[in-house]
Amino acid sequence: MANPRTFQIQEISAHPGPVPGQGTRREEEVCKYIDVTTCIGCKACEVACVEWNDHPFRETTFDDTYQTMPSTEWNYWNLIRFAEDERDGNLMWLMRKDQCMHCEDPGCLRACPADGAIIKYENGIVDFQQENCIGCGYCISGCPFDIPKFNEKTKKVYKCTLCSDRVGQGLEPACIKACPTGCLHFGTKSDMVQIASSRAKQLREQSGFANAGVYDPASIKGTHVIYVLHDIKSPERYGLPANPIIPPSYTVWKWLAKPTGLAMAILGIGAVFFHSVFYGPKLPQPEPPEIETGPREEIDAGRKEAP
Amino acid sequence: MSAPAKGFDEKARGEFARIGTTRVRRGELLRHPVYTRFLHWSVAIFFILSLATGFAIYSPWLFRWIAPLFGGGARTRALHPWFGLVFEVFFLFQFINWVTPMLWTSADRRWLKRLKQYATNEDRLESEEVGFFNGGQKLYFWAIVLSGLLFLITGLLIWFDNVVERWIVAISYVVHDLSGLLMLAGFIIHIYEGTAHQPGTFRSMMSGTVTDRWAWTHHPAWYRAVTGRDPREAYEREKRRQAERERAMKSWEREQDSRELPDDRVP
Repeated sequence: MANPRTFQIQEISAHPGPVPGQGTRREEEVCKYIDVTTCIGCKACEVACVEWNDHPFRETTFDDTYQTMPSTEWNYWNLIRFAEDERDGNLMWLMRKDQCMHCEDPGCLRACPADGAIIKYENGIVDFQQENCIGCGYCISGCPFDIPKFNEKTKKVYKCTLCSDRVGQGLEPACIKACPTGCLHFGTKSDMVQIASSRAKQLREQSGFANAGVYDPASIKGTHVIYVLHDIKSPERYGLPANPIIPPSYTVWKWLAKPTGLAMAILGIGAVFFHSVFYGPKLPQPEPPEIETGPREEIDAGRKEAP
Repeated sequence: MSAPAKGFDEKARGEFARIGTTRVRRGELLRHPVYTRFLHWSVAIFFILSLATGFAIYSPWLFRWIAPLFGGGARTRALHPWFGLVFEVFFLFQFINWVTPMLWTSADRRWLKRLKQYATNEDRLESEEVGFFNGGQKLYFWAIVLSGLLFLITGLLIWFDNVVERWIVAISYVVHDLSGLLMLAGFIIHIYEGTAHQPGTFRSMMSGTVTDRWAWTHHPAWYRAVTGRDPREAYEREKRRQAERERAMKSWEREQDSRELPDDRVP
């Protein structure tokens, strides 16, 4: 499919008047915006996710909360997390839709050792290609949000695709379509950031949530799923890390130390080879005596011709 | 080393000596019995398999080259921990088999000081205190013990990453790779020393024997211990014998030449 951005007409020869499309730029980056303040915890998005992705019904875990299970699973990519918190001495029931954040700098992708098992599209969606997955699980420890999950049977890792199949056809993700309160939005990254920012401003100015703000962590260069939180100062209350980071072992080690180590291994093989060329073998003694007359280099293979 | 481990090792040596044979010919010494050879090559095979599968996962550049040899990335990943585990098991037996001669002594410290002379072939004969193993071999052995332990611990942590904290897995992954590099460095030197650099060494691991010359050259103290002879004296005697042989050969050649000369001149 031709990239529509490539074929946006910017100039036309001998064209009188303004060029249609001039100065326009198609934004490619998509984003899901979740307004936790208007989420009612109905779990319609959970069901929509299971339905669209054709996942079988799986066991739930009851742990005295409304939460379906403790964490997302290999075939349960969308989970509303319920947390009981406090505000001014009253109960505050926090509900947050948990799924892959589609990081701009994805820790799973950084950690992955298998060629082509994790890809990031230009629109920002991070997708797993299970046919290339080797099941090492490095992505699981590389993810700051504990999202990728291992399937013991297939030995592959799975997670939310941001409905890349739907988005590719111009549709919004299944969870967005199912949301009854409109707390889920989908569009370009800049649009979503703008809507989220104005919603956060509204919360700050009109609803008495002085710390309301947008969660789009800069430590991983932003995410393609953003939240509006009542209190941006303590995202931990929603189970979100304040400063999500990829372990340095997956960034520094992989891109600096690994090639260095490899180069050292190659140099090592070269070193022993040329050691042999320079010094030759160490024979059991006594070995046949060496020739003792004349400068050795000249005797060597008679390279120097007679004048 | 504990008595049961020692007992097991001795029993295993006996059993393997019954199954396999080592022929020691005149001018040769038994260096590695069948059991030791079996352990060495079992360790070596599973080390190479672990190294190859590990390097596929270690480097994105090697992934496409090595992974197909083991049936693709997923199978490479599935096999690697098992190769490693078998390596660890065999190495445990090898450890029991070798730990006594591998103990570090002051002689090894002195050996290390002459590493440069050793590496540049300046020391043609090893120092008279070098026993069954020299300092370099002992270093390599203990490097494997260290990295083998690190491999086992970090490998299990990476293997069972679903029950281990994320940051521990992240650290384990680096330590695992570092042990791999340590082992690889030693491995390259080991192969070189055992084959090209020291002719006569490789056969000690295949057929189990070495020549007397090899023994007094590379491991004089061991030569003295097994033959009861002085390694330097043996060397000097061999040198005299060699010179004598040379002289005898030359005079024989001269004799032949002088006898053939008249025939050549026949018109």
